[in-house]
Amino acid sequence: MKNWTRAAAAALMMSVAVPATAAECIAPANPGGGWDFTCRQIGRLMTELGIVPNMVQVTNLAGAGGGVAFTQVVSKRSSDPEVFVAASSATTTRLAQNAFAGATADQVRWVGSIGGDPGVIVVAKDSPYQNLTDLIEAVKADPSSVAFAGGSAVGGFDHLKVLMMLDKAGFEDMRAVKYIGLDGGADAITQTVGGFAHAMTGDLSEITGFIKSGDVRPIAVLSEERVAGFEDVPTAKEQGVDTVAMNWRGIYVPKDISDADYQKWVDTLKQVGESEQWQAVMEENGLEPYMILGDDFQTFVDANIAEIQEVSREIGLLQ
Amino acid sequence: MDTLANLAMGFSIAITPFTLMLAVIGCFVGTIIGALPGLGPSNGVALLIPISFSMGLDAISALVLLTSVYYGAMYGGRISSILLNIPGDEPAMMTTLDGYPMARQGMAAEALVVSGVASFVGALLATIGLMIFAPYLARVAYQFGPAEYFALYVLAFCTLGGIGSSNQAKAAMAAAIGLGIAMIGMDKTTGMPRFTFGELHLMDGVDFLVAIVGLFAVAEVFHFIESHGKDSAIGVKLGKILVPWRMLRQTSGAMLRGTGIGFVAGVLPGAGASLGSFLAYMAEKSVAKDKHSFGKGNPKGVAAPEAGNNAAAGGALVPMLTLGVPGSGTTAVLLALLLTLNITPGPLLFTERPEVVWSLIASLLIANVVLLLMNVPMVKVFVKILSVPAWVLLPGVTMIAFVGIYSLTGSSFDMLMMVGFGVLGYVMRKLDMPTVPVILGILLGNAMEDNLRRAMVLSNGDWWYLLSSPIAVGLWIAAILGFVAPIFLRRLLKKPALPATDPTLNED
Repeated sequence: MKNWTRAAAAALMMSVAVPATAAECIAPANPGGGWDFTCRQIGRLMTELGIVPNMVQVTNLAGAGGGVAFTQVVSKRSSDPEVFVAASSATTTRLAQNAFAGATADQVRWVGSIGGDPGVIVVAKDSPYQNLTDLIEAVKADPSSVAFAGGSAVGGFDHLKVLMMLDKAGFEDMRAVKYIGLDGGADAITQTVGGFAHAMTGDLSEITGFIKSGDVRPIAVLSEERVAGFEDVPTAKEQGVDTVAMNWRGIYVPKDISDADYQKWVDTLKQVGESEQWQAVMEENGLEPYMILGDDFQTFVDANIAEIQEVSREIGLLQ
Repeated sequence: MDTLANLAMGFSIAITPFTLMLAVIGCFVGTIIGALPGLGPSNGVALLIPISFSMGLDAISALVLLTSVYYGAMYGGRISSILLNIPGDEPAMMTTLDGYPMARQGMAAEALVVSGVASFVGALLATIGLMIFAPYLARVAYQFGPAEYFALYVLAFCTLGGIGSSNQAKAAMAAAIGLGIAMIGMDKTTGMPRFTFGELHLMDGVDFLVAIVGLFAVAEVFHFIESHGKDSAIGVKLGKILVPWRMLRQTSGAMLRGTGIGFVAGVLPGAGASLGSFLAYMAEKSVAKDKHSFGKGNPKGVAAPEAGNNAAAGGALVPMLTLGVPGSGTTAVLLALLLTLNITPGPLLFTERPEVVWSLIASLLIANVVLLLMNVPMVKVFVKILSVPAWVLLPGVTMIAFVGIYSLTGSSFDMLMMVGFGVLGYVMRKLDMPTVPVILGILLGNAMEDNLRRAMVLSNGDWWYLLSSPIAVGLWIAAILGFVAPIFLRRLLKKPALPATDPTLNED
């Protein structure tokens, strides 16, 4: 009995959040994912840089791809100046597709992005496709002959990368594009190396090991410029397809906080993003600099959502 | 020889008094977490990641601590399965089938020792397998596409009927309920929500931990209230505690077979520990001469799934380390830990960071030995739990279940759903329907559907694609045999079995 009570007490201590008196970061997923990473790194740096005196409390609030955290912040904490929430392209994608039970992007304030994971298209090492043009021509000739694999569900960011790219290349019939969604990028790579899918769409950081080992061949990176460390991988832009798809890492805060509080978050994020420590974190984790702050970021989010909505309508995900 | 030299290097990094202490703490905490309903290996490891960071541990110490918790939880899951008929986590579910009847017959200690040793054998052999074969086994994952995975899940479903030994139709019905529940949530192939009724909490589907704790623990509470504790599951007979050498010898074959099956299931990223323990149990039942006693307290029915799920836990590390593909929820959390420590698993990990890999393997071996040493003598402590009156124990279990489920997502919705599952479990018990197939339906249904849909996308709707590789064809043949064989064999077996929990029964 003693064991049970003791363990119960331990479980209580470990799982129930201590009432936050200082800054709190909500990670809308379980520990381990990208959002949890954003919270823990930003939180750690805020303490190390002396922006906040105490540890930043990280709360994991998983569910509905970020929807549970979003609706909770909107409905219960809309004027809390101490809370911020980790977000990424997945957040805006789902908002655009109305997947958060009617919640919309203007119900929170977008603070900024401090790093990005460039999208990348890879093929197996023995694939007949040598470059992006080959691949796109093959899809144009017969969409059923090329299957893409990605780590997100249909309509998720990995899928949208392919669609946005084909859209720019002048391919019309979005619904004919073959895509299988797997549980994460590594799974999608396995299926591509195994020859079940013909090309893989994902984030650069999840693929670096396979690129270095030579199991897969990257044919395009979806960033403005070539990425440091992968200088021999051409951008899609160079190959005539003007698509940039960065999986950005950033934060949003509740809607009803004062402008001064909002500005404080923008300044905080700027300070963290410009610190040497953050540069080191980005390098270690395969992130690229991608800093957009304040009003610019609000505009970026709106444009991003509009673009996703357009593509989603074409594939029938959105009426 | 390379392997041995590498291993020696691993041990030289991993063995210090401090890390050994961490291993002991990790194993203990892990065992408790595993035994608590609702807290499984994945949330155990997830809960401890922030703690290991705030303790300022270096990479190796953090790995030792968390792998100890991981293996500890895999060991611990069996304890509540055997003693309370409530699986501590999902892979331990199969252990309830024979472990609990054994406990009711006064053989709780024997069941705990046999399953503890089986866990050790499974985990040890799997770690050795990981050590020797990991670089080659990584290639196996490339051979499994949607068609092959679908066939694998069909194989699991075709053998399901054998679970509820009393009535196959009821087992099929229960599995169908589970499959239905698995359909809830966002559909990966269209991106559309199904059966969520606009409820955000249902978008990710039903977490099987919620279902397990509801169907087993909460249903038990309802039953207890109704019967005023008279016919409660809690309060099994206590027997003498001796190491049952004869039983260990008898079950050694079951352990080895379970290990083999579990390890293979673990290596395949789409399969995992639950499928490993399930297939190990069903395979053991089909080769055993005393089939009729399975489900009524056959020690082999405890040894096989326990060896299977622990071997799968070791096997799951193969794709995690070599491909960065987590084969289970827990390896997903361990993967996250490695990433936070700036170690990127993938095809180059073994050559680029040998010190990490080999100290991880060394810490797995350490954890295993610590767990065996800790578990066998601790059987006495665990069995003492049974002497606690049920009216004290049950509310405690209920409270822990609620806390554990709340910690999953931090929302009260899951707790309400858990109570809902409790009601379902209670009704099913009244109808004498087995609840294990429901969980298997939830657990396997999603993956089975996803793979079928992927296969259809890839083949443009051509069903023959499902039979397009030798591996798939082999799995289909096994599935058909698994389904048909019992129908013909039944005549050769004895009369229909009695209900699994008949307390008057005392065989073997």
